[in-house]
Amino acid sequence: MSEAKTSLPVANGRVVRTAARRSRVIEFKVDGEIVPAWIGDTLLVAVLSHRGALSIHEFDGEPRAGFCLMGACQDCWVWLEDGTRLRACTTPVEPGLAVCTRPPTDGLCHA
Amino acid sequence: MHKVVIVGAGPAGFAAAELLHVNGLIPTLVDEAATAGGQIYRRPAPDIELDMRRLLGRGHRRYQRFHARAGHLLAQIDYRPQTTAWAIFADRVWTLRDQIIEQVPFDALVLATGATDRTVPIPGWTLPGVVTLGGAQALLKGQGALIGRRVVFCGSSPLLYLAAKQFLAAGATVGAILDTTPFAAKVAAAPDLLRAPEVFADGLKSMARVRGAGVPIHHGVRLESFEGDGEVSAVRYLDRKGRAKSVDCDAVAFGFGLKPEAQLADLAGVPFRYDPTFRQWLPATDGDGRAGRRTYLAGDGCMIGGAQAAEISGSLAAAALLQDAGTPTHGIDRSALRRRLARLHRFQHGLSRAFTWPAGTLAGASDSLPICRCESVTAGEIRRAVGSVLGPIDINRVKALTRVGMGRCQGRFCALPAAELVAAAAARPLEAVGRLRGQAPVKPLPPTARVRDRS
Repeated sequence: MSEAKTSLPVANGRVVRTAARRSRVIEFKVDGEIVPAWIGDTLLVAVLSHRGALSIHEFDGEPRAGFCLMGACQDCWVWLEDGTRLRACTTPVEPGLAVCTRPPTDGLCHA
Repeated sequence: MHKVVIVGAGPAGFAAAELLHVNGLIPTLVDEAATAGGQIYRRPAPDIELDMRRLLGRGHRRYQRFHARAGHLLAQIDYRPQTTAWAIFADRVWTLRDQIIEQVPFDALVLATGATDRTVPIPGWTLPGVVTLGGAQALLKGQGALIGRRVVFCGSSPLLYLAAKQFLAAGATVGAILDTTPFAAKVAAAPDLLRAPEVFADGLKSMARVRGAGVPIHHGVRLESFEGDGEVSAVRYLDRKGRAKSVDCDAVAFGFGLKPEAQLADLAGVPFRYDPTFRQWLPATDGDGRAGRRTYLAGDGCMIGGAQAAEISGSLAAAALLQDAGTPTHGIDRSALRRRLARLHRFQHGLSRAFTWPAGTLAGASDSLPICRCESVTAGEIRRAVGSVLGPIDINRVKALTRVGMGRCQGRFCALPAAELVAAAAARPLEAVGRLRGQAPVKPLPPTARVRDRS
């Protein structure tokens, strides 16, 4: 793979990037914590570069981190603070996005 | 004006669009992805420096040719990317794009909806780090990202070897390939596999490359569980001699072949027939893709055949459509395409014997095994429901009692295993328990979606 021209702070997440990006580094929030990502990342890659999981499943209470990764299984849902639900594997990250790993109440994440 | 709507911009839908355009029509091509190509020709997001030539190897030529053709055609037709088709009703395709719901009327409909991985529930399959085989490839091709640092590929599929080769090329460590079908089955299937000698040779090369890189390959294993506390850390299995083994990993990609995304065909009223080779109900066509009133099917969304077969069947479906519309068709030799398609389908039959679906393993599954990921419905709940159903045992009754197949994936990943489990619990043949009927919306709609003002 190509040599990285830009580098993010070493991330200890589940997914591993193998290709450099020419796009802009931005910041977004996961459960209130500000973390970096690249324009062009899906939310799944943006979150899982820093975390081991995307969400806590509402029925079994266990962590989930996506399964089909192509928009079919809906296992990668995350939420915005206003309650909007997003499919992380197909949604691009945007600067300033505030992602919650559980459904928020009263506009607040429950980390 | 003959208004044609095509759903899916993979090789099948694209080939259909191309032939219709050559013959003077301007089809509407609806596709959920941001760029055309389907799963097979998936492109990296813009600004990712991913060396696709290195990643795809010999497959790069076809990838490049597809995108060159797409660049030319898509500007000349009504191409609608990032648009989800979620229902077919009253001769209209119902779509969602950017929170806007729209009805697209059609005189003829071509469904080229592709396939997803066929998986079987295994203890631990909901752990973070466990993903489908196709998903692992999609993340690599689309985002240049790996699902983990040390990956185990398991299940039974020719894609185990192809995906492992791609992961090695991208710098991952492959912990092992655990193939549940014995090697002897592959040897026995060789005559059918030779119907597509090039594809067969590519498969053997992938296998040799992976073995040459020192990756342990085990055939004829039985997958016992994905182990881990909060994330996957090992795969436990029985080797072909029945000895208990374990291999460490931080990610697992697994799958047992593919299954058609046939939900929209179901909503369009296409009849389904039971296919004993694939142990699935598949939408029925006349061979050229005719599938009932105004509806044509093409590609893996109808019959699993791979990218080349998808492209051929897309052309054949478009030709059938043109013929039915009374339009003389240019730019196609139908009998030659039918012969090539028949050869590729023989090859696919060979694959289904070389890489088998582990139908029997679910009968012995523990009651606590989650079958439905979305609603956390266990094998035990399904078995109890089978015991309490009054009247004929049917998978749709079991769905009503347990919510299996009623979750947000709409049964995509539990329908086949649940049917196997119901058939085993009721001691009935698989085809006797029926199939889960498709329901709209075939993908979840956000509650904030609005219907387009048509004024």
